[in-house]
Amino acid sequence: MKTSTSIVKKIYVALIFIFLYAPIATLIVLSFNASKTRAKWGGFTVNWYRSLIQDETILNALGTTLLIAFLSAFAASIIGTIACIAMSGMKRRNRAILMGITNIPMLNADIVTGISLMLLFISLGLKFGFGTILLSHITFNIPYVILSVLPRMKQLNPSVYEAALDLGASPVTAFFKVTLPDLMPGILSGFLMAFTMSLDDFIITHFTKGSGINTLSTKIYTEVRKGIKPEMYALSTIIFVTVLILLFLVNIAPEKKASPDSGK
Amino acid sequence: MNKMWAFFLITIAILSTCGCGTGENNDNVVIVYNWGEYIDPDMLEQFEEETGIRVIYDEFETNETMYPKVEAGAAEYDVICPSDYMISKMIQNDLLMELDFDHIPNAKSNIGTQYWQQSEGFDPGNKYSVPYCWGTVGILYNRTMVDEPVTSWAQLWDEKYRDEILMQDSVRDAFMVAEKLYGYSMNTLDAQELLTVKNALIEQKPLVQAYVIDQVRDKMIGNEAAIGVIYSGEAIYTQYENSNLEYVIPAEGTNVWIDSWVILKNAPHQENAEKFIDFMCRGDVALKNFEYITYSTPNDAAKSLIEDEEIKNSPIAFPDLSQYDNLETYTYLGEEGDTLYNELWKEIKSY
Amino acid sequence: MNSKKNILAAPYAVWSAVFIVIPLCMILYYGLTDKTGAFTLENIAAIASVGHARALWRSILLSVISTIICFLLAYPLAMILAEKKGRAGGFIILLFILPMWMNFLLRTLAWQTLLEKTGVINGILSFFGLPSLRIINTSYAIVLGMVYNFLPFMVLPLYNALSKIDENVINAAKDLGANKIQTFFHVILPLSVPGIISGITMVFVPALTTFVISTLLGGSKVLLIGNVIEQEFTQASNWHLGSGLSIVLMIFIIINMIVTALFEKAEN
Repeated sequence: MKTSTSIVKKIYVALIFIFLYAPIATLIVLSFNASKTRAKWGGFTVNWYRSLIQDETILNALGTTLLIAFLSAFAASIIGTIACIAMSGMKRRNRAILMGITNIPMLNADIVTGISLMLLFISLGLKFGFGTILLSHITFNIPYVILSVLPRMKQLNPSVYEAALDLGASPVTAFFKVTLPDLMPGILSGFLMAFTMSLDDFIITHFTKGSGINTLSTKIYTEVRKGIKPEMYALSTIIFVTVLILLFLVNIAPEKKASPDSGK
Repeated sequence: MNKMWAFFLITIAILSTCGCGTGENNDNVVIVYNWGEYIDPDMLEQFEEETGIRVIYDEFETNETMYPKVEAGAAEYDVICPSDYMISKMIQNDLLMELDFDHIPNAKSNIGTQYWQQSEGFDPGNKYSVPYCWGTVGILYNRTMVDEPVTSWAQLWDEKYRDEILMQDSVRDAFMVAEKLYGYSMNTLDAQELLTVKNALIEQKPLVQAYVIDQVRDKMIGNEAAIGVIYSGEAIYTQYENSNLEYVIPAEGTNVWIDSWVILKNAPHQENAEKFIDFMCRGDVALKNFEYITYSTPNDAAKSLIEDEEIKNSPIAFPDLSQYDNLETYTYLGEEGDTLYNELWKEIKSY
Repeated sequence: MNSKKNILAAPYAVWSAVFIVIPLCMILYYGLTDKTGAFTLENIAAIASVGHARALWRSILLSVISTIICFLLAYPLAMILAEKKGRAGGFIILLFILPMWMNFLLRTLAWQTLLEKTGVINGILSFFGLPSLRIINTSYAIVLGMVYNFLPFMVLPLYNALSKIDENVINAAKDLGANKIQTFFHVILPLSVPGIISGITMVFVPALTTFVISTLLGGSKVLLIGNVIEQEFTQASNWHLGSGLSIVLMIFIIINMIVTALFEKAEN
């Protein structure tokens, strides 16, 4: 009885994972397809990986995407962390207002956020380009940082900080030596979350990008209509495999280190 | 509270520097906004090598998606390649610069006179635009899936081809098909006629596999659909890839269009833009572009350089239009006309 | 000390004012004015026109269906995952986030390749002599795309809520004579309500407002309200109408938020 339910469970999880990973497997297969159209299988090739290295537009888009993801996640981490510190000392009502506003970009539809930022940038007379995309990404990234730092903030023991002050540390030193290290895991996971969100965003970038600049998402969207370049499949395969390997390293490596310890 | 204001001002200051930083006003560049897959990328490189001007290249999908970006002025562009009716709209809305043909000598010498005449329809006096490509809209069908001769738009309403039909996903092209089917003008604003057209398109919708733009090419090549509406230039390319495909201009007539280079009035690099257009009008360059994108070129110098007799006499690339008496070119419908067509199109698409 | 902390709030307060509050006010402004700048409710009333109303209705229908399917698929999954405490569970959860690193448009586009008439799935079906699957360019394909894209958003909050349930509570229920089904409906389900609520919100809102999935998998045959709004901005250049319809959309989002908040309160 027990085993049969556990088999059912395993099958169920496996089916869901097939559902989630079937498209990804398809993309990986397509990246080795010699035929240029998706519809036909023309034999195995690694040519798309070779031509990817020379494809400037795709590499440019990749560079822009990574740069924006990094800068926006970084800026959001700083602004978000400062906001969390400030909020911890705020009156209840003010904090509620600020948290309410923070929730808006998370709960609102991306399309509305994108349009509203587009209207703002136009009325400010900004030229659409790298700057406008970056500002938008910082805006929708801050909430992710706040939501992952705030719980850490609540766990923080204020007496440690005060103890540091008593021992003669300046508030700044005390902050960097005591508070910040405690917050770091929260900041880091907020940063990663923000980075991922920025990387995967299409809709908001779609409305706030200017001429001659593309992130991978917007590049793909314009290519969708006229046929995706197979180099794009090659690139996403590389990204995917890289992340997969990193994930395994992060998750498996410490486990191996930990196991002899636990054996003691 | 004062400190609050200081932060506010700093933020604004940062904002404004961001704005200037992305303007690239001082660079020696030209910003081109063209249709997707509508130029030989090597020609852009050659232009950069010969002139030292860097090309920032951006693509649009339909005239309708291009216009708001340009009108809003938020994205900077110098040279654009819209179609006939859109050029007329842009002229009326004062978005275009009058061209100085002394700086574009290749235009007058290489582009055939008939195309200048045709352009008069949307650009009286040929002041604003230089023809780049032209063509017709017709039906592309797969001989292995369609075993009767295709002669009429009506065949796109044939129950036999349910789920095998590809329509164009742009309001004017979709309406044109139905308008021509009923013998109306493709620029009609007559309420009764438009009602008939709307109902016809709604009636057709269940038979349509998808409304597509550039994707029609891949789908026809991949045998995904049997019959579709396509631009003549795409037809030649698809035939290279899949020899079962055949292109026809239906007997009821169709749209003859011209896409032309224009320069925006507020273009930041007007001189470079002129150089760019002049370069594209050169015979050898136009030939390379023709060979790459397979759209008919109005460039006589390029045409005379074509070596392949079959292409030179191809009825698709260079059709003899005199055999049709029902060809038309889109005209700008005015703001109200545009809104009317848009509303009807939304009704059809949401049905 | 406190005043210093308040100054620290300034950067974010200014940022959120400029980039969150003011932009929303601009949508309100555009939505409630016409081209001359005069006040009008026309842009909001436009939702009642045939095309818009149908698009909105279809969006609601498809997003509700997708949310329900996501929930039904995700709940058992989250329960199974929650049983696996510790590293293994966490690792499986990471596997849910991993696909997000493959671009969302490409992933959705891959479904096109899978579902097409001459696509992968039909190739497999015809190999076994089975009838072909014809759902590409229909509402079904769009629902599939929504479920595919938003399922992780449902799984993660459910997993969080379920893994927090104290095992002692479940054991206590069993000791008191409750069978599995009773334990589920009287203990597990009520305790997972916060997860359910945030899962529903995180699936329903993006599904209601998407325009990408319908474009990629619907063959432009199925017009959703997101498509209408997107086209008003990028094709018709009618910002006033686009903003008006966005306001309508926001009203729906707010209703969704209020309903879920009420549920939350009732449960507490």
